Amino acid sequence: MTLWLIVIIASLACLSLKIAGYLVPASFLEKPAPARIANLLTVALLAALIAVQTLGAGSRIVFDARLPAVAVAALLLALRVPFIVVVIAAAATAALIRAVF
Amino acid sequence: MARTEPGPSDDDQGREVAPTAATTWSGEDRAVARKGVAVGLAAAAYGISYGALAVAAGLDVWQTCVMSLLMFTGGSQFALVGVIATGGVAAGPAAIASAAILGIRNGIYGIRVAPIVGAGRWRRLAAAWVTIDESTAVATTQSTLRTQRIGFWVTAVSVFVGWNLTSLIGALIGNALGDVRTYGLDAAAAAAFLGLLWPRLRQLQTIAVATAAAVIATVTTPVLIPGLPVLVAGIVAVIVGGFNWFGSRNPQPEPPGIPT
Repeated sequence: MTLWLIVIIASLACLSLKIAGYLVPASFLEKPAPARIANLLTVALLAALIAVQTLGAGSRIVFDARLPAVAVAALLLALRVPFIVVVIAAAATAALIRAVF
Repeated sequence: MARTEPGPSDDDQGREVAPTAATTWSGEDRAVARKGVAVGLAAAAYGISYGALAVAAGLDVWQTCVMSLLMFTGGSQFALVGVIATGGVAAGPAAIASAAILGIRNGIYGIRVAPIVGAGRWRRLAAAWVTIDESTAVATTQSTLRTQRIGFWVTAVSVFVGWNLTSLIGALIGNALGDVRTYGLDAAAAAAFLGLLWPRLRQLQTIAVATAAAVIATVTTPVLIPGLPVLVAGIVAVIVGGFNWFGSRNPQPEPPGIPT
């Protein structure tokens, strides 16, 4: 298997999955339970992604500069600081901690 | 562009869902558009780290860019690059599986945002292509169908342009840049997702689901292959949503994107 084949197969798989979602009939979401689940799924997947991106390193859990950076982001979000400022502040926090320690 | 041609034309159908410069935007419209552009800028910031990591893993510049154009889903791209970095081409099947498993959530997002996007085969194909965490999150946190649509498309186009540009830049300068963690670019991605989730954390039910999902993803990361912990955490939403645990007694206001 070449690197190109890996890239193409994985890309087409991801694109097909996106299209598959749009093929689910809209009536599916008219019932309260599926609508609620679909809403909560986006919340659960985002929260899980944040956890993995903050603490994951391959298949290990690591506590490093990312955790205080995300904590700073949470604090700034609570203070209603604009989104882009929050992202930059988080990156700066991690960079600063790594530069100092 | 002013429409001076008299009489109806096919082109006029659905013109209102793709606002042109001539359409007047309310303050609320402009606010969501600004948010979409800001999300695009944030994604661009960690696009550099993707490009740099991809080249470091052994992909060439073309392969790095084809992934951003065709796959266009950051989590899957980082996962594939991560597996290749540790296992090389021999780990191809695992790399494809990781990318695809992480990509499943975009399919779930598609179910949710399809009613927001509206009808039309080509529009839906374009929408599916750019259905990702960011466009879904901005769209679904808006309160009217119009701002949901604006949020979806502005975010989608901003992220698509920003992500692809900085993937290329990252791939080109990656080796000169050194370790992207020095600049905290890995933390930027997590912070951006937190910013997208934040407006949803208003009701007890969403807070409970988010907390449980984060804990489950963390706990299962050491024992499952990359990509799976995020999906396993999604089961929380199915259980809590199915039984409506922590749900408010009053029926929740249905998202306006869903025709009732």
